[in-house]
Amino acid sequence: MKICVLVKEVPDAAVQKKIDPSTGRMDRSGEKNLNPYDTHAIEAAMQLKESGAMAVDEVVAVTMGPDSAERALHKAVSLGADRSVHLTDGALAGSDVAATGYALSKVLEKEAPDLVLLGQQSDDGECYTIGAVVADHLKFPSLTQVIKIDVEGGTKLRAERQAEYGYDTVEINLPAVISVGDAINEPRYPSLKAIMGAKKKPLEKLSAADSGIDASKVGGDNSAAQWTGSSEPPKKEAGRIIEDEDTAETVEAIVAWLDERKLI
Amino acid sequence: MANILVYALQYEGAFNKNSLGAVSEASKLAAELGGEAHAIVVGEGVSNDLVASLGNYGATKVLNVNGPEGLAQPVVDAMAAAVAAGDYGYAIFGGGLLGFEVGAGLAARLSAGVAMEITAVRAEGGKLVAERPILGDSAISQISFRSDLGIIISRLNAFEIKETGGTAAVEEFSVDFSDFSGQATMITRGEQRGADVDIEGADILIAGGRGLGAEEGFELCETLAAAFGGNSAVAATRAVVDAGWFPYAGQIGQTGKTVAPKLYLAAGISGAIQHKVGMQGAENIVAINKDANAPIFEFSDLGIVGDLNKIMPKLSEAVKAKKGA
Repeated sequence: MKICVLVKEVPDAAVQKKIDPSTGRMDRSGEKNLNPYDTHAIEAAMQLKESGAMAVDEVVAVTMGPDSAERALHKAVSLGADRSVHLTDGALAGSDVAATGYALSKVLEKEAPDLVLLGQQSDDGECYTIGAVVADHLKFPSLTQVIKIDVEGGTKLRAERQAEYGYDTVEINLPAVISVGDAINEPRYPSLKAIMGAKKKPLEKLSAADSGIDASKVGGDNSAAQWTGSSEPPKKEAGRIIEDEDTAETVEAIVAWLDERKLI
Repeated sequence: MANILVYALQYEGAFNKNSLGAVSEASKLAAELGGEAHAIVVGEGVSNDLVASLGNYGATKVLNVNGPEGLAQPVVDAMAAAVAAGDYGYAIFGGGLLGFEVGAGLAARLSAGVAMEITAVRAEGGKLVAERPILGDSAISQISFRSDLGIIISRLNAFEIKETGGTAAVEEFSVDFSDFSGQATMITRGEQRGADVDIEGADILIAGGRGLGAEEGFELCETLAAAFGGNSAVAATRAVVDAGWFPYAGQIGQTGKTVAPKLYLAAGISGAIQHKVGMQGAENIVAINKDANAPIFEFSDLGIVGDLNKIMPKLSEAVKAKKGA
């Protein structure tokens, strides 16, 4: 079986900084790199493979983006993916969610995976949407925000997720598209050896034409949702910020603030 | 193309309040476009009486579809069929997990433009323009559509519910579901995990996030809530509920509850948008977080940058002392 993991490069601001436990230093490798939420999707793929729950022959990381997005693929293979595919073409720049999902689905059609995994993005709405777009193009069943995956009989998954009214448990037949929530696992840290070896694993670059993408359906100008302007939100008065240096003083200030507002 | 189709989510005989808000908003917008707001309900044997109640929120017609509940793809099938049979220029969703999934799937199916996290919509020159806050709500971008159908997925609570006293015609609408949407089956739905806690009625909420470090960290929140006494309670973010540190019933945000207490004290909560939408109606927001760059400081009234393990116990003592004074 083949698992494709969709990954995405994200700008610095969306990356959670963390300390590398092997050096005790700030890990800066992630600062313009793989979406941290995607690491949960790769980890989920690796756990399915390593546990033997599914006979996984190959885990393939797939991304769409400019040249720099290659770094996200290097990170993905350092975390265990066997190879990676980079869809990159100037014609794709500025694609909206629907166009991006269409383009990725064309790459996935060629890969013909049994399972497509992707991570949720925390600070934009795309977390809930790209998986659903890709699934509809591929005609695969799909679920987003999954926090537990069990394999049932090799071709069926039992997935849990939190939805509007509590936890839902859903059975889903493969092939399927599953987007995972960050509660699903604790992603591993890549070993130095894996990081060094990442560039040696096969990386295939594809243009829009290579993937059979209809150029009239992608790119900023062809996207059906168009950005037509922006404005400033109504100003909210900035709150007061206290840096805690002397905790007794800080607490006194908080209590005074609460007391002024008759909250105690 | 002036009509608007709204997906109305129902569960155990009641409509989701975000769906009701979306129906109200669609009714207002359709009137400005010179059309009507219709709603579509997908479920197993949902009564026509329940479905017709959407008329009270401004729908003039409701399509009642007999089909699987709680999964997105059958709804995509149903809405695609409704759009093919009707005269719809826009589809509107009141947010929530299913709204995002259905809206995105429908965009793919019909090559339609989709705008999400929308907080306001206006009619302009016979078309709808949607507003989406971006970059941590520091700017608002305007989105319009060039496709035959425009899909608008709102943020939670973006639209006000308005009762009109109107009535809706009900049409039992049959749909040929696609093969792949039948490949997912709901086994259990709406399972509640953990104890039942009531956070919606509390005046003071002490909410904990990942920054508490462990399940035991909630003791700090419980102690502080107890110090405030009266009508106070402890709540949590999705991340810690999913991690099993706190019961689902106490979860605030996108897939949890929406609260508007007098005081909301956020301990170790970064303030992701999915959380913000559930608590931004609080009168006073106090945040304690060791990360000075946490988004929560951008919308808190009082922000404390520091170690909650040091601050919370002392704060509990001080609040208790103040109350005793």
